[in-house]
Amino acid sequence: MVDQADGTSTPSGKVLLSVESVNKRFGDFTALKDVDLQVAEGEVVVILGASGSGKSTLCRCINRLESIDSGRVVFDGRELPQEGTELARLRADVGMVFQSFNLFAHKTVLENVTLGPIRVRRTPKAQAVEEARALLNRVGVGQKESAHPAELSGGQQQRVAIARSLAMHPKLMLFDEPTSALDPEMIREVLDVMVGLAKDGMTMVAVTHEMGFARQAADRVVFMDAGQIVETGPPEEFFTRPRTERARDFLSTILQH
Amino acid sequence: MSEILKHIGVLVGGLGVTVELSLLGFVGAAVLGIALTIMRVSPVTPLRAFGTLYVEVFRNIPLLVFLFLFVFGLPDAGISFPLFTSEAICLAMYFAAFACEAMRGGINAVPVGQAEAARALGMTFTQSLRLIILPQAFRTMVQPLANVLIGIVLGSSLGAAVGVSELTGRVQILELQYDEPLPTVGLAALGYVVITLTIALVAGRVQKRMAVRR
Ligand SMILES: Nc1ncnc2c1ncn2[C@@H]1O[C@H](COP(=O)(O)OP(=O)(O)OP(=O)(O)O)[C@@H](O)[C@H]1O
Ligand SMILES: [Mg+2]
Repeated sequence: MVDQADGTSTPSGKVLLSVESVNKRFGDFTALKDVDLQVAEGEVVVILGASGSGKSTLCRCINRLESIDSGRVVFDGRELPQEGTELARLRADVGMVFQSFNLFAHKTVLENVTLGPIRVRRTPKAQAVEEARALLNRVGVGQKESAHPAELSGGQQQRVAIARSLAMHPKLMLFDEPTSALDPEMIREVLDVMVGLAKDGMTMVAVTHEMGFARQAADRVVFMDAGQIVETGPPEEFFTRPRTERARDFLSTILQH
Repeated sequence: MSEILKHIGVLVGGLGVTVELSLLGFVGAAVLGIALTIMRVSPVTPLRAFGTLYVEVFRNIPLLVFLFLFVFGLPDAGISFPLFTSEAICLAMYFAAFACEAMRGGINAVPVGQAEAARALGMTFTQSLRLIILPQAFRTMVQPLANVLIGIVLGSSLGAAVGVSELTGRVQILELQYDEPLPTVGLAALGYVVITLTIALVAGRVQKRMAVRR
C-alpha cells in the first residue's frame, strides 16, 4: 500500500466508511446537514472547519457515540446498528482519539492499553501485555508503563491514548483535535506518531488544524461549515487554491495564527 | 438514676437491635440502590423513568408516614410481617432512594470522557460501568453513603412509634415507668452518637485508602 515514489500511502479503492445524507440535530439546532463522506481503505482524510462547524459531531456520529437523526453510516459493509452488543463489536474496530485524551484515570498506562484487548477482544493476558509493550515503545512511552495517567505530560498521555486504540487493531482511526489541548513542544511528538501511522497505511479521519500534518499525510482535506461539507480536495490544492469563499475566509483566519 | 442503671442491660440490648436494624436496612438499601442506579443511568428509557419515579416518591414522603402505611396499612391488604422485619424492609426501601442519589452523584462526578473512551473501545454498557465508571465513582460515594447509613441509624428510632423494641422504644418505656427523662433519653442520645461517630470515622478511613489506590 506504500507508494514507492514519495512514501505516502495511497487508497486501495475499497470503501471502508460511507456516511450517507446524515443529519444530526440538537433540539432545534442542526449540527450536521446532509453530510456525505466516503473514506477508502488506507485513505487519510483531514477535516477542517471553524469552531462549531460540526467536525466533532461528524466524528462522533461515525462510531455512533452520537446517534443520527437520518441518513446512514456504513462501516466495513455494515450499517451501524442501535446501541447494544452489535454496535459495541463494530466500535471495537474503530479507534478514537480524543482532544482530552480520556485515559482511564484509575488504571496504569499498561492497563489502559491492555484493558480493551483483554476484555473486549478476549486476548490472553500475556499476549495483550506483550503487544501493549511493543505499542508503547512504538509511541515512545515504554518506560512509563506503570505510571498513572495523571503522572504523564499531555503529549505522553495522548500517545498512550493512541496506543490504547491501536491495541484493538482497528480498521479505522478517528482523531478529534488530538493536539489542540497540548503545549506546542508536545504537538510534534503526537503528530509524528500520526504521520507514522498514516505512512503504515492506517485509514484515518482526523479533525486537526495542523496544516503540516494535512500536507504531509492527508490524501484529502474536507472543509466543513455550518454542519455541511462545502469543499473537499487534495491538501495542496485546498491550501493554495481554495474554491469557495468560506474556505478562503477560514484559511485566512487560521493562517494569521 | 440508680433505678435506671439497673436496666442498663435492656438499653444495651436496644442498642444492639438498633445496630442490627440499621445494618439490615443499609444492606437492603445498598442493593436496591445499586439496582435503581443502574436503571437511572441505563440507556433504556422505561427503566430510567421507573428509577426516577421511585426516588422522587420516597424522597417526598416522611419515613414515619411510610412506616405507618407499611405496618398498619399492609395488613389490611392481607400482607403482614413481624414488626422488626417490617421496619428493616421500610428502612431498606426508603433509604434505597437516598443510596441511589449518593451513587448517582458519584457516577456523575466521573468525567463523561471516561465512559466515552470505554464505549469507543467497544465495551458494552455493563462493562464500562463495571470496569471504568464504578471503580472511579466509588471514591466520591463513600462519604454520601456514610451519610445515608447515619440517616438509617437515626431514622430507625421511628420504629418506636410502631412498637419496635429498639433503643428509642425501650427508652420510652423506661421513661414512662420512672418519669426520669434526662438520664433515660440522655443515654439513648449517647448511644446514637457513639454509632454515628464510628460510622464517620470508618468512612474517613475507607475514603483515604481509596484515594491512595487511585
Ligand atoms: N450535546 C450537544 N448539545 C447541544 N448542542 C451541541 C452538542 N454538541 C454539539 N453541539 C452544537 O453543535 C455544533 C457543532 O459542534 P461540534 O462540536 O461538532 O463543532 P466543532 O466543529 O467540533 O467545533 P470545535 O472546533 O469548537 O471543536 C455547535 O454549535 C455545538 O454547540
Ligand atoms: Mg470539536
